[in-house]
Amino acid sequence: MHPPEPARLSLSNITKRYPGVVANRAVSLSVRPGEAHAVLGENGAGKSTLMKIIYGSVKPDEGAMHYNGQPVQIRNPQQARALGISMVFQHFSLFETLSVAENVWLGLDKSLTLPDVTARIHLKAAEYGLDIDPFRPVHTLSVGEMQRVEIIRALLTEPKLLILDEPTSVLTPQAVDKLFVVLKKLVSQGCSLLYISHKLHEIRELCTACTVLRAGQVTGVCDPREESNASLSRLMIGAEPPALTHQDRQAGAVLFAINNLSLHKEDQFGVDLSQVNLQVRAGEVVGIAGVSGNGQRELLYAMSGEDTRAPANAVHIDSQAVGQLGPNQRRLAGLHFVPEERLGRGAVPSLSLAQNMLLTRSEAVASSGLIRTQVLHKQAQKIIEQFKVKANGTNASAQSLSGGNLQKFIVGREIDAKPNVLLVSQPTWGVDVGAAAQIRGELLALRDAGCAVLVVSEELDELFEICDRLYVMANGKLSPSIDRKEASVAQIGEWMSGLWENHAQA
Amino acid sequence: MLKLELRPQDSSFWRYASPVLALLVTVALGIGLFVLLGKDPVRGLQMFFWEPLKSAYALGELMVKATPLLVIALGLAVCYRSNVWNIGAEGQFVMGAVAAGGVAMLADKETGRWIVLLVVLAGVAGGMFWASITAWLKDKFHANEILVSLMLVYVADMVLGYLVYGPWKDPAGYNFPQTKTFEAVTQIPRLMSGSRVSVGLILALLGVVAVWLFLFRTRAGFAQQVGGLAPAAARYAGFSSRKALWTALLVSGGAAGLAGALEVAGPLGQLTPYVPAGYGFAAIIVAYVGRLHPVGMVFSAVLMSMFYIGGELAQSRMGLPKSITGVFQGLLLFCLLACDTLVAYRLRWQSRRG
Repeated sequence: MHPPEPARLSLSNITKRYPGVVANRAVSLSVRPGEAHAVLGENGAGKSTLMKIIYGSVKPDEGAMHYNGQPVQIRNPQQARALGISMVFQHFSLFETLSVAENVWLGLDKSLTLPDVTARIHLKAAEYGLDIDPFRPVHTLSVGEMQRVEIIRALLTEPKLLILDEPTSVLTPQAVDKLFVVLKKLVSQGCSLLYISHKLHEIRELCTACTVLRAGQVTGVCDPREESNASLSRLMIGAEPPALTHQDRQAGAVLFAINNLSLHKEDQFGVDLSQVNLQVRAGEVVGIAGVSGNGQRELLYAMSGEDTRAPANAVHIDSQAVGQLGPNQRRLAGLHFVPEERLGRGAVPSLSLAQNMLLTRSEAVASSGLIRTQVLHKQAQKIIEQFKVKANGTNASAQSLSGGNLQKFIVGREIDAKPNVLLVSQPTWGVDVGAAAQIRGELLALRDAGCAVLVVSEELDELFEICDRLYVMANGKLSPSIDRKEASVAQIGEWMSGLWENHAQA
Repeated sequence: MLKLELRPQDSSFWRYASPVLALLVTVALGIGLFVLLGKDPVRGLQMFFWEPLKSAYALGELMVKATPLLVIALGLAVCYRSNVWNIGAEGQFVMGAVAAGGVAMLADKETGRWIVLLVVLAGVAGGMFWASITAWLKDKFHANEILVSLMLVYVADMVLGYLVYGPWKDPAGYNFPQTKTFEAVTQIPRLMSGSRVSVGLILALLGVVAVWLFLFRTRAGFAQQVGGLAPAAARYAGFSSRKALWTALLVSGGAAGLAGALEVAGPLGQLTPYVPAGYGFAAIIVAYVGRLHPVGMVFSAVLMSMFYIGGELAQSRMGLPKSITGVFQGLLLFCLLACDTLVAYRLRWQSRRG
């Protein structure tokens, strides 16, 4: 009998405090060699802080770390890499103007030459079936390909422990499948994985162990394959999210339409829009799926009025041609918009909630142009109560709210304006599960009240949950629409790569 | 050792306490300065903080200097809150003075009292015109407004110099570089006899109310500030950034021009190469020490005015160089910037091992 092999990595009682918040409280975690270990938790549960502690970029206040049975103190990422720990971040750290090989070279030993690095990239790419051309400049790569570069960079350090932070949030379902093939191969070769995610089905497919975090504390350690979605949700948020009810209903007249819209990009990293056609009817929720960076941002600018370069006829609210009108005039025509960036666009961080009402609402402005502050505060108070926003009164600054609560406030502000058309971008991005469920419920209630709702989201699960009809966006083009009931994840995934023409012909 | 720790939320206490602390530190450094120069520090502080307050006449003089500072700073506050960095108020002040002086020179013995109104309006227009060059270049060519507005200060000085050494020189002035003394009818009315305080002070205080209303009680003022705080939010809301740019520069240019008119048709009474007294630059400090808040700037304008008067007294009575005024102004701004760290951070004592 062999003595039991020591854990690849074990953390005991790691605590990290930030002013006003404990990010990790006495967290323990153990990863065996060759184990794919999931770290599950909502946004803000402390997953990222924990990973940064392991990778040496954040120092814990208390607790001990053992690596292959030896106590270690990791002071910086260089030391982590020397130990065989590698990390793929959620946000890529690549230089757009350099080639793939040059980017990889930057993160490696200085002793290697560029041709050496290129040869190694070819070897690793062939070994794991990662298709990549080392000579291409990074700005020509798709998001999925950029992630491949990050993974190859990590693999070249021959990691014994690979940390992946929400790696699938930017990938199409097909690209996720490819990624999982690579990761499974790594695990079979004895590499340990720490896989951070909040997507339950991915964790179940890839991982054999799972540590669940809630509010900085471990709430459970389990084998995800033996758990149900409900039981994992309970560990993650303490409750099951309420189910949404869908009733079949007839959609009404077209309230919002984009007609043959083509627009050149505003800056060099943008996307050209090409012949976009879209209609949203009263009483339906329409979704736009797609990996971000495929023109969604540009399309939303053109729809909200922040970009007024479109011909007047290209954008219609009800029967009014509004392509040349600014955001304020479009709001008067009944179109309201919730942008994806909450701080800095949907709300001014340093101003109070009451003042932030004035961005899109003018009921409190008297005809003399003076602001009636009492009306303004009453208005903000009503939204705080109605949408259950946790905030320290109407004078609380926008930046003092959590992401979920600020999103509830902004969504509430726009819904409260009783719009005919509501555009929402990434409604639950970075929002905790409870608030996400509430926001989705509010959107459905608005639909039932006869509003035309358009949702742009990266989360397919979310779109399938709330939409009546789906479009897919890829390379600045928009697919034909498809009823949710007839759509499958696999098909939408294919369309996300721009492959709907074949389908339309078939 | 001491460690700076980020506060979860900005401290509203330190937002107001920081200027007070900065003043105390400035005074402490000033005492050190006097000692190093071999002067009696108590007497030195007396020049700055007691002499300017001790009589009705001294108080009047304090107001005479505080008025242009406050008027310019009010305009600058609107500008800076909109994220438009006009640091050329000095040039707009000079051009306001030139325009006002030009109108004042047209008056003769028979002209009515109404000319004062024209003098003041010409000053406002002159300042606005000078600031509009900066706005236009920024709007059209994205030229950096900091550089353009600053460079235009020196151009304005040149224009003034050309006029008083050239076409506008008083023929009866023994070849001194100055215009003729303006007719009495062009004088800004004084509030009382025996003091040089003019209705300019009233205008400044009305300006405080107007700027407060604009910034905090109108949607236009709100839109103006959102553009400065979060440009993407302003675009989302539909607030025009071009409108904000022009409003900011025209308001601050107009205010600086008004101050120039009040000065040239008030205490000066003629154009000389010494019109630029640094008010436009000092007002930047006034605006910041006053937290870009109209009421706060009343206090900081008075404080800065004390430095001006104190510096002159220190020169004449203690034999200190006049540049001591500039040193004190600089110290105050420097200390304020340092003390402002406490708004966002707190000091923590931490053992070295932690």
